[in-house]
Amino acid sequence: MDYDKITVKYYKEDDGSNSTKALKVIYNETVYSVPTDPANRHYAAILEWAKIDGNTIAEAD
Amino acid sequence: MTKAAELAKMGEVLTNSQIGGRRNIVINGGMNVAQRSSSAVTGIGASDGYFTCDRWNFNTNGNSAGRLTMSQASDGPSGFANCLKLECTTADTSIAAAERFFIEQKLEGQDVQQLKKGTSDAEKVTISFYVKGHDSATYTVGLYEGTSGRKIAATFPVTTSWVRQTVTFDGDTSGVIPDDNTAQLHLRFYLHAGSNYTSGTLGTSWNADGNTTQISSDGNSFFESTSATFFLTGVQLEVGSVATPFEHASSFGEQLSLCQRYFYKWINTGLDDNFNFYSPYSPAQVSAGLPNSSAICPMTFPVTMRASPTMATTISGGTLNRQTSTPFGFVAQMGTTSTGTHYPTQYLADAEL
Repeated sequence: MDYDKITVKYYKEDDGSNSTKALKVIYNETVYSVPTDPANRHYAAILEWAKIDGNTIAEAD
Repeated sequence: MTKAAELAKMGEVLTNSQIGGRRNIVINGGMNVAQRSSSAVTGIGASDGYFTCDRWNFNTNGNSAGRLTMSQASDGPSGFANCLKLECTTADTSIAAAERFFIEQKLEGQDVQQLKKGTSDAEKVTISFYVKGHDSATYTVGLYEGTSGRKIAATFPVTTSWVRQTVTFDGDTSGVIPDDNTAQLHLRFYLHAGSNYTSGTLGTSWNADGNTTQISSDGNSFFESTSATFFLTGVQLEVGSVATPFEHASSFGEQLSLCQRYFYKWINTGLDDNFNFYSPYSPAQVSAGLPNSSAICPMTFPVTMRASPTMATTISGGTLNRQTSTPFGFVAQMGTTSTGTHYPTQYLADAEL
């Protein structure tokens, strides 16, 4: 996954709150669900990605 | 080898417990399993990834212009039906300092405790593998330990014929490997490198000297011409100073299960074997009062995965609302469905290191 080309969004729970269990990642027109597990390599990379100015996790659609 | 030397080697193998039990720490060393793709994947070079044979990662730095095709090939030395095959498709003869690529397998800390690394009893380890290429060449093989940043390496030759290469490294009395499920020991085959990685003298004993001693400056670059090929199979990493015969898994199924700890793929083969959403789906355990128009589906993985996997789910005729995963399974929910409708679904679960 090329992290310069990803879009990251929250999932919504049924009550409308942002899910804390997983993130929605769009890359190359494919949707990935990345769990918020520090041992997941994609989540670890997204945490680093989010530290870069301009990179934010967007609200759910 | 004389009879006495042969007996001495046998004694060493027995002392090191290299007979009996599982010797090979590497998973899918025979390149039998390729869940992602058993056919060629082209244009590799711009970014890291797992492309063909399970557990074997392509890692790149420095934006090389070089590109390659990777495949699981039906080739191998006697006794091997498969290998990992690389073919250079775009050469890069102007190697910038920061360029590097290698093929690696990352091993969990809890799977390499028998090396006793970081203790006074640290064990020697032996790496053996079969290689061939399009021409004579020299590359570097090494171990990298992630927590302490310690590493060790050696060069190996490649010819146009399959040859088994063996390298034995001393045990490392520094750098204890954590007993966990994260990437700790990295087995790497370095095939392309710039001066940031080659300007020092190759570190053939365990060291934490940084990048410059990582790769031999006498080695070739795989990207030196578009005729370059590299074939690899029969990779074994074992405790001790003797390369014992390659340990084939007892069955393809056993090797597949080991790989499924890191990656699992549910696909539709064209038969009636889809995983389906069916709307509405309201099992007793779902008590949250799902809207009638939604469908939810829990799935259990065939083996416990290393960590909660990243999911890539494709639903025919529908849209995924959200999903969550654990090492044991996942739950996916569609937000809008039509009552009485099946939604054939496929998914990938990725918990690789």
